[in-house]
Amino acid sequence: MRTIRIGAGAGYSGDRIEPAVELAERGRLDYLVFECLAERTIALAQQARQKDPDAGFDSLLAERFNAVLRPCVANKVAIITNMGAANPIGAARAAAGIARDMGISGLKIAAVSGDDVTHAMRRRDLPLIETQGRLADIAGRIVSANAYLGAEPIVAALAGGADVVITGRVSDPALFLAPLVHEFHWAWDDWDRLGKGTVVGHLLECAGQITGGYFADPGYKDVPDLARLGFPLAEVREDGAAVIGKLPGTGGTVSVQTCKEQLLYELHDPARYYQPDVVADFSKVQFDQVGPDRVAVSGGTGRPRPDALKVTIGYCDGYVGEGQFSYAGAGALARARLALEIVAERLRLTGVVTTELRLDIIGVDSVHRGALVGSGPEPQEARIRMIGRTATLKDAVRIGNEVETLWLNGPAGGGGAWKSAREVIAAVSTLIPRFEVEARVTYEVT
Amino acid sequence: MKLRELAHARAGDKGNVSNISVIAHEVGDYAFLAEHVTAARVQAHFADIVKGAVERYELPALGALNFVLHEALGGGVTRSLSLDPHGKSLSSCLLELEIPDRQERRGPP
Repeated sequence: MRTIRIGAGAGYSGDRIEPAVELAERGRLDYLVFECLAERTIALAQQARQKDPDAGFDSLLAERFNAVLRPCVANKVAIITNMGAANPIGAARAAAGIARDMGISGLKIAAVSGDDVTHAMRRRDLPLIETQGRLADIAGRIVSANAYLGAEPIVAALAGGADVVITGRVSDPALFLAPLVHEFHWAWDDWDRLGKGTVVGHLLECAGQITGGYFADPGYKDVPDLARLGFPLAEVREDGAAVIGKLPGTGGTVSVQTCKEQLLYELHDPARYYQPDVVADFSKVQFDQVGPDRVAVSGGTGRPRPDALKVTIGYCDGYVGEGQFSYAGAGALARARLALEIVAERLRLTGVVTTELRLDIIGVDSVHRGALVGSGPEPQEARIRMIGRTATLKDAVRIGNEVETLWLNGPAGGGGAWKSAREVIAAVSTLIPRFEVEARVTYEVT
Repeated sequence: MKLRELAHARAGDKGNVSNISVIAHEVGDYAFLAEHVTAARVQAHFADIVKGAVERYELPALGALNFVLHEALGGGVTRSLSLDPHGKSLSSCLLELEIPDRQERRGPP
């Protein structure tokens, strides 16, 4: 039975570069996939594109392509990535320019667009997922709206002969499902195999998170050589059975435990993982260690795809201002608490209006709250953090400024003032009928 | 004993919803975990953080439980004021949960 080898070259936009180069050079891959688009990234990219029509795609695209394009072309490894962000066509043009500069001719680069539904969403009033609100509440503040496309336009691009496929918003597992559908000619209603392919995509989409990254807990779960963590590759058979592994000589570990953690990562009901192409069912998935750093995955399945597509909307949501300051030695905690009281009182006295204000002591209660805060020995150092949500940038700036005045006006022995103020681009989601979204594929050839 | 002695965990976020997997180091401990690490206990553990409901999904073949915590992330990663807006460190907080002693198994496998 035929087997396709797919590697994961990045699990987020800022991910390490060399593990992808290793995979491209000696992974004997058919495909190398880079997942680089977080929930809010596309809104920030849309803002960049408004300032410069040629911008709006991943800022590391050039660095990644410069690193992997040569070995990928030499070893006939196709690249699939969502680095197109808010401008897949611009990204494809940029990638073609990089290829030409390298003297690579005949490279076919596809851009998948059509996920951008910003104009349509500005005129709609739909209920938002996960909040009580409606789209109309934020209509005037919408920066971006992108539907999660599925694997279909990527498959169309591969069928069109693309060596590189660059998308905007696409469901992350679909980046991996697409080459499987293309190579094995899986039917779009073969829900069982689409479910199995989605399991593989979900396991790989965070790259190093399945090869021992984000796993180590010294004494409980030890992982070797995380500084040289290898990224994963999957060997997937025509029937959807797969083995997850990594390259010999790289750091990390692929075990049943790392696979279990990643299977359940960002998952709600394991029997209903909603994707554009299928409702995948992870509830019967099993893992077996079949060799060193090799884990077989089986038991995934799926049911008919949903009629709606998820749309993530980025919108301007006011400002936040923040300040931090440290205390150390005996009485550090008491001085930190006094400092927080002082700044809170200063915000009241000077009329800084916040709709939400959070007071933390880092190392004591910045993650733990209420009853979760232990009563252990007093810390030798304490860093205060005050952060507030405001309607204006001016008020946000004043929060950090008030923390900073602790230098000359606060308790004894503080140091390390730090402050920031920024506009918030928040993300919410809604659902729209899939027929309202039309994906397009265009090509650049070098 | 602490849950950490029997299980490992990873947290993920989607909007204002956190999910935390609790995975037995030894699959044989699954029934014990399922008995003692209930949705109600997790809800009580995170009473000062999680504002919404807590659901539990069971994956006996993996020896794992998946907890879904609603209204858990201060509005979600894009607007939360938390130092850890993804709530990723909540996984380790959950492993602090006290469970009855299980004498025959302590520490990592």
